[in-house]
Amino acid sequence: MSVEATPVAPAQDRPRRIKSATTGGDKVFRGILRAAGASALVIMLLIAVFLAVRSADGLKHAGWSFLTRREWVIANADFGIAAVLPSGIIIALVALLVAVPFSLATALFISEYAPESVRRFLITLIDLMAAIPSIVYGLWGLFFMQPRIIGITRWIANHLGFIPIFKVSIGDNPSAYTSSTLIAGVVVGLMIIPIITSLAREVYSQAPQGEREGAYALGSTRWGMIRSVVIPYGKGGVIGAVMLGFGRAMGETITVAMIISPIYTVAWHVLQSGGNSISALIAIKYADSSGLGLSALMAAGFVLFLITLIVNALAAVIIGRSRSGAQTG
Amino acid sequence: MHWPPSLSAGPDPARRRDDVVTATVERPIEEAAPDVPEQKLRLNPITKDGVASIIGAALGALGLVWVLYERILPTSGAFGFWLCWYAVFLACYYAIGRMQWDARLVTDRLVAIALSTAALLVVAFVVHEISYTLYRGEKAIEHSNFFTQNMSLTGPLDPLTSGGALHAMVGSLEQLALATAFTVPLAVLTALFMSEIGGAWARVVRTVVDAMSAMPSVLAGLFILATVILSLGVGKSGFAASLAMTVMMLPIVTRAAEVVIRLVPGTLREASFALGASQWRTMWTVVLPTAKSGLTTAIVLGMARGIGETSPVLLTAGFTKEMNLNPFSGPQINMPLYIWNYVRFPQPNMVARAFGIGLTLVVVVLVLFITARILGGRPAGELTRRQRRRISRDARQSERVPA
Repeated sequence: MSVEATPVAPAQDRPRRIKSATTGGDKVFRGILRAAGASALVIMLLIAVFLAVRSADGLKHAGWSFLTRREWVIANADFGIAAVLPSGIIIALVALLVAVPFSLATALFISEYAPESVRRFLITLIDLMAAIPSIVYGLWGLFFMQPRIIGITRWIANHLGFIPIFKVSIGDNPSAYTSSTLIAGVVVGLMIIPIITSLAREVYSQAPQGEREGAYALGSTRWGMIRSVVIPYGKGGVIGAVMLGFGRAMGETITVAMIISPIYTVAWHVLQSGGNSISALIAIKYADSSGLGLSALMAAGFVLFLITLIVNALAAVIIGRSRSGAQTG
Repeated sequence: MHWPPSLSAGPDPARRRDDVVTATVERPIEEAAPDVPEQKLRLNPITKDGVASIIGAALGALGLVWVLYERILPTSGAFGFWLCWYAVFLACYYAIGRMQWDARLVTDRLVAIALSTAALLVVAFVVHEISYTLYRGEKAIEHSNFFTQNMSLTGPLDPLTSGGALHAMVGSLEQLALATAFTVPLAVLTALFMSEIGGAWARVVRTVVDAMSAMPSVLAGLFILATVILSLGVGKSGFAASLAMTVMMLPIVTRAAEVVIRLVPGTLREASFALGASQWRTMWTVVLPTAKSGLTTAIVLGMARGIGETSPVLLTAGFTKEMNLNPFSGPQINMPLYIWNYVRFPQPNMVARAFGIGLTLVVVVLVLFITARILGGRPAGELTRRQRRRISRDARQSERVPA
């Protein structure tokens, strides 16, 4: 039995157009879904617009000097973020100094060393760490860590005080070392460990198996394999993760506000009592602000909004361009 | 002419790299022993030498540091002691290891030890943070009035047998309930939009949701303050606080829900479409029930985040010492705000009360977290025992009917 094959002219072989009639219910359903999707955009847009509109009054009073003034005295229209913004960045940098080594080491341990049961436990624990309320971190930092860290900071100030950032210039009594940028930075650093760890772990665990085996086949030890395969593979993703952590650290409010005693000069001396950040300023000042004062806080909040947006966008671009990010994204 | 040239051109360049070990596995050459079963070769075995080296290095470092730190150098303090001990321990371990093994192998083991220490410290920190809060909070909650009274008649100097935090717990509960009611439909629908409709707009929405989840929490409070409180004239209330909480919970739940919905196998959807179901029927009867366990996890984790948020509610909830059952009018305090307000009192009893609520908060978060883990233990589409029983019962019945 033979099937006669009739040659079909290519011109006739068009794909059939599939037409599916959308039911009325589906139209409504898709409309609702689109509206929900749009609502996220609308909320974000509203946040930007309302912060900008509400801060207009304050910005009008302060003018460009909003970016150069250090004080925060509303009555004289003498307010600006030239002190709180850099101080906040210093806190975030201290936080990164604490968080990055621990996060990357933990991420490597989870993805490369830990046996399956330990790995699951650690992943859950890191998730739990992210879910612990920030105020509990604040309690721990204020009541447990602060009294115990003063000994170290005092020792550093006394022996390494010739390095400018370690100098303490307000007398050598214990209260000169409490409520400092360093203490706030360390606690914030502990708080951003979970986000950096979980992102870095995801990136590291996706390093290609073939390259790993290649490294082992060349006689490499486990650490040699990690150094030559896993870490280069994860570089872009890890830089992005660290930047996301920086963004979180910049925005951390309650812990910083609980620990530091607010000052309105740039807190270069990290061991010395006093520090500030934009978000802590908002939390501390909002209660006795109204009218112009609130508007000034809104302006500070708007600046914070823009900075975190830029940092996060940069992080997203870096992750997207890296080898690991292109595959995970 | 030799081919391949690298074979004769001296040592392979890769071999000169310091992260490559040359023949460190020493195995006695065994004669054919047919009665010995084949054994799995462990790549990183725990050996007596290895363990003894670690213990030796630890003890040696302890002794050396004790003599130097406590007796000779003008230093003191537990933290510094253990820091120095760890540095000396690593140095000792390197020295001991170098006496027995290849340099690369020693580096490998040293790194393994350092990384495990980091992970161990993170675990220790979490355990300590939780247990410290429990330990400090115990003093306040052992008096039952902590759970039955509010602070309206209690001053800073009153003993712990007076006053409590019932009003803060009620406030947290109501605000969380409202925030969850706002978040869940919006988050699940947005997640469905991103996974089921897709396209360029879905990518935009995903980017924006990511930006929202990275936004500082205090800005959510500032936003609600600017819109609901200043522009619409709604006073500081539990309702305003729940809106601020919603802004924080929405991106978390949305992203988690999207991941879960994407895990629903495409074949299930196609089967439903092939049976003639419309898209929303497919969502309602196939996709959502399949992803139910994961969606619940996403929501419960979002709730755990929401209940601990402090800065958004700080700007929107207001402060009161009294019980306010109505979230829609008047200030309504909640648990994080209670801590924030009372922890700054110099009186130890006030701090004890703050820790009491800290304990409650930690316990609530732990319970929510464990619930989420238990519910989310199954991947999408895997049935519970009850569901499986029901299906097999239905199958038996349908077999019986034609007979």
